[in-house]
Amino acid sequence: MSLQTNIAGLKLKSPLILASGVVGISAPLLKRCEENGAGAVTLKSIGPNPRAGHKNPTVLALQYGIINAVGLSNVGYKNIDSEIEEIKKILKIPFIVSIFGEKIKDYKTIAAHIAALKPNAIELNVSCPNVEKFGSAFGLDAELCSKIVSDVKNVSGSIPIIPKLTPQANNIADIAKACEDAGADAICAINTAGPGMVIDIETAKPMLTFKKGGLSGPMIKPIAIRCVYDIYEKVRIPIIGTGGIVSGKDAIEIMQAGASCVGIGSAVYYNGFEAFGKINKEMQAWMKEHNYKNLDKLRGIAHG
Amino acid sequence: MVKEKKSNEKDFGKELNPQAGYSNSIKDFHSVKLTKIIEENPNIKTFYFDKQIDAKPGQFIMLWLPGVNEKPFAFSNLGKNCSITVQKRGPFTEELFKSRKGTILGIRGPFGKGFETKGAKNAAIIAGGCGIAPLKPLAEELKKNKSKIYVSLGVRNKEYLFFKKEFKKLSNELKIFSEDGSVGKKGYPTEALEEFIKSKRIDCVFACGPEILLKKVFDICEKRKINCQLSLERYVKCAIGICGQCAIDDQLVCRDGPIFSNEKLRRLKELGKFSRNAEGKKSCL
Repeated sequence: MSLQTNIAGLKLKSPLILASGVVGISAPLLKRCEENGAGAVTLKSIGPNPRAGHKNPTVLALQYGIINAVGLSNVGYKNIDSEIEEIKKILKIPFIVSIFGEKIKDYKTIAAHIAALKPNAIELNVSCPNVEKFGSAFGLDAELCSKIVSDVKNVSGSIPIIPKLTPQANNIADIAKACEDAGADAICAINTAGPGMVIDIETAKPMLTFKKGGLSGPMIKPIAIRCVYDIYEKVRIPIIGTGGIVSGKDAIEIMQAGASCVGIGSAVYYNGFEAFGKINKEMQAWMKEHNYKNLDKLRGIAHG
Repeated sequence: MVKEKKSNEKDFGKELNPQAGYSNSIKDFHSVKLTKIIEENPNIKTFYFDKQIDAKPGQFIMLWLPGVNEKPFAFSNLGKNCSITVQKRGPFTEELFKSRKGTILGIRGPFGKGFETKGAKNAAIIAGGCGIAPLKPLAEELKKNKSKIYVSLGVRNKEYLFFKKEFKKLSNELKIFSEDGSVGKKGYPTEALEEFIKSKRIDCVFACGPEILLKKVFDICEKRKINCQLSLERYVKCAIGICGQCAIDDQLVCRDGPIFSNEKLRRLKELGKFSRNAEGKKSCL
């Protein structure tokens, strides 16, 4: 049973990719994901400036998932070089650098800087609010996404570009198509859903200090499955299916919807770093039981 | 026609409401009321809660001041009258110091791994500053296990000392150090560790406090081949092992720790050297 997967020119020994924003802040933590069976890893999103993020509570575990408003805390792209050099030194599997902009032009600037450090791919986090356009997310607007992707493609050379889309868009497949037409090499879907809110009824206060937060984990899996299904109908580039995947069967399900690879985020909360090994094993057990020798025959079979 | 089974429905409802009939509630969250606030000294207060939250010595909780922030603390008393003992240090603790009996706060936790007290016959406890607080319930557990307990506490000056009476009662021997000599001996609590090791057949060292102190404790224990368990501190955000903010090398202090022993400590290159701020930027300790 081979879990080998190819995506945007990258060869992965497992389709499982650590999602951005989950433990991916340093080379040693990414290495630990590799040791536990990840096929590739994504660094936490890097932006134009150092940011401390929102005040705690920023991440809360709910019964069926997680709500978070970390607030894109990061060291700023000018301070990330040494960490990326360290990653290149100790990691054997491919690594993806996720970037976000506060303004449209930030993506190009940051991508040019990051591309020079030669990551295996660059993820474009377009789910953050656009400060130029009344705070609504770039990812809601196909034209803006298209502009960001083509801007970045102009400066990134041969490094694959993977926009990560938000399920808040009511036409996520059209946005994916716009990204593909602009030169995107793959699509990552989905980012957190919502936003949602949790109130402590004893103090009548929203529990997140930022009040609202993105939802992830098992409660959003059906949304992720639907989004990947819709995108698969519209585009030919491969999809990294992300959102509430915590078991081998979840992974199989999102691949049947059309994903080539599978993003792993909240599962790290449920099972620790061992989540990768656990899901790999469960996928192989399912494949054996159903006579699949590799993942190619599985992809998108829920269509048609 | 198939008759629906009532019991199935009931099971489904149970699945939905495992925590006191509140669906999709926050895991390990406790709404608590302050029942008592004790001033230990001008800088340090103990806050007692109205709920028993079962924790092991060394585990930590996230204390939520609604609308303000949420920070990690360890219990200074466990069981029915659980409490935290806090030193005024910044905006969060200043806000906490304003709260009164009856104030409602939130607690998430307990999180992390606690101290392992089994097998410690002659235990040394080394604490610096606020690190004194979580080691009191540890001493209580060691005492229950009939371990002999040798304690060395270090503080900046006499205004920062607390729990002296309690440790006097719990320990077989208590040494106190202060940086300016205003209480106990002038110096650092590690000075007594060497002495304890030489004369008391110490088989386990427990420590909590500034990381420079902990590194010193670790170095002494390594040299003498003695087990140690250190309580490490990093900037904690999520407390559930997902945001990565509290990393020390490839370990997450919130989930793999906060208590670490020799084997893991040996691998930590950042111990006593670097930590990360809220942005994730690495800086020298």
